Amino acid sequence: MTKPSPSPILPLEVTDLTVAYHEKPVLWDVDCAIDEGTLLAIVGPNGAGKSTFIKACLGLIPTAAGRVKVFGKTYAVQRKRVGYVPQRESVDWDFPTHALDVVTMGRYGHLGWFMRPGKTDRDMAMDALEKVGMAEFARRQISQLSGGQQQRVFLARALVQDADLYFMDEPFSGVDAATERSIIQLLQELRSKGKTVIVVHHDLQTLKEYFDWCMLLNVRRIALGPVDEVLTKENLHRAYGGRSAFLRS
Amino acid sequence: MIFDIILIACIVAAACSMPGVFLVLRRLSLQSDAISHSVLFGIVISFFLVKNFHSPLLMIGAAATGVLTVMLSEVLLKTKLVKEDASIGLVFPALFSIGVILISKYAGDIHLDTDAVLTGEIALAPFDRFVVRGVDLGPRSAWSMGLIAGVNFLFLLGFFKELKLSTFDAGLAASLGFRPHLLHYGLMIMVSITAVGAFDSVGSILVVALMIVPAATAYLLTDSLAVMIALSIGVGVVSAATGVIVAFSLDTSISGTMAVVCGLFFAVALFFSPRYGMVSKMIVARDRKWVFACYTLGVHLLHHEGTPEEEQESHVRHLQDDLKWAPKYAKKVVASGIRNGLLLKTGNHLRLTPLGKETVRSLMNRG
Repeated sequence: MTKPSPSPILPLEVTDLTVAYHEKPVLWDVDCAIDEGTLLAIVGPNGAGKSTFIKACLGLIPTAAGRVKVFGKTYAVQRKRVGYVPQRESVDWDFPTHALDVVTMGRYGHLGWFMRPGKTDRDMAMDALEKVGMAEFARRQISQLSGGQQQRVFLARALVQDADLYFMDEPFSGVDAATERSIIQLLQELRSKGKTVIVVHHDLQTLKEYFDWCMLLNVRRIALGPVDEVLTKENLHRAYGGRSAFLRS
Repeated sequence: MIFDIILIACIVAAACSMPGVFLVLRRLSLQSDAISHSVLFGIVISFFLVKNFHSPLLMIGAAATGVLTVMLSEVLLKTKLVKEDASIGLVFPALFSIGVILISKYAGDIHLDTDAVLTGEIALAPFDRFVVRGVDLGPRSAWSMGLIAGVNFLFLLGFFKELKLSTFDAGLAASLGFRPHLLHYGLMIMVSITAVGAFDSVGSILVVALMIVPAATAYLLTDSLAVMIALSIGVGVVSAATGVIVAFSLDTSISGTMAVVCGLFFAVALFFSPRYGMVSKMIVARDRKWVFACYTLGVHLLHHEGTPEEEQESHVRHLQDDLKWAPKYAKKVVASGIRNGLLLKTGNHLRLTPLGKETVRSLMNRG
């Protein structure tokens, strides 16, 4: 259960990852190895370090110890193969721009410094908007979109990154049931194309229906494996203490 | 001479409004206030080193002080003993006051007095000419500010995509390798150099007005970053030119009048911006109120249509008795419903038109 079957190059291999704020550990000695084509949920209570884990993998915050390998190399080398969807609340939706422009930002990594996005990039962005059912809102100012629509725009932006490994920080937060279903459908589609998708999630009820693998986190890695094997009473108790409603039901 | 002053004012305003756009979008307006004050420290120190007001070293000193201000604020913030606003508020008065003390103590006989530091002296700027081999090429500050405006423009042009992404979503920018922290410092250096250049003309307080107000005005008028930059420059230049002319005819402070005209432009945008102005928001809110009342009435009529109570429920008086609407209000709602083709009134009875029924049905399905 601790390690998936050995594969030559894993999309994500994390060893002994430790992150601390002022000597207070937020993530402590976390190991994980994720196989290609996995749809993995990271779950755990508030403050468990779920977002921190993603940010540390992407080199956005300093780590106290540990190593992150993306397709066998450091993240800095593999940037173009990795897509990232930050939390929707982390950006300013009053920014003067429209949906299509935000999606085009997903191409910036491939363009590099100084290069301007061209027609091909905008066409890709338009296709991605179509894919998430947002084509008619392409020219809509982003503050005029609902929470679910904003999340779809973010997802479209990740799609044009055309990555092999995706990190998504709470893509279901603040979206309606219909949007949630269409998002998970897209994620499953990505997986069936052999992409690896890592999602911070906090609804234990839908875990089994949506994902095939799951990492239970609470500063330490409690468990990692197929959802069924991870969601044991004992594991949940170790992660959530007595706080999980799911435990009682 | 007034043309020289207008020229200088316009160039200063254009140079200031460019970094202003990103300061406003990054919620760093106060940081510009901090930098424009603390650069005084850099100017004074550099002046003591080279004894020349036109040395490029002054710019380097100012840029270094700007970066120092930002870094010191960050160091204070990282101690977690002060909050962000306080960390800014602690650093710049310290540097500014050291600058003021140094001027009053050691620079009594040079053209750096504490009044000019606050509001500048643009009226004197045309007297300082840029002369090359005996040829007068115009006011020196027009050239130096023109250079700064040009550099600012090239910076925005060259890093447009990078600045946009790191301002909107610093997390993604960093994950893509765009170094948002470096861009942040680049922007702060740009603000510092612009502040020093504009110092002579408009002083350290009004330079903040020229940076922030045009950008804040442009922000209310457009949904596109490129247009916002263009509008910001436009508002800055027009208010600078107008400000100089008004100040001359009223014989008042030039820089003060420039800032006031800027403020007037902002006030106009605040009230009358087509999309985000207060007036159009009020109109939208008012319309929405009537539309909602109309729909409420429509749902009520549809609900009782074809039932035995229809006769009673559709009576105009019913609106007062059971919907508890004031007679005047009820009358207005009915009038607006009829005007929009949703309602028909025969005698004292109300009916939905086919369009009214369709509208109400689709509304109920959506809910």
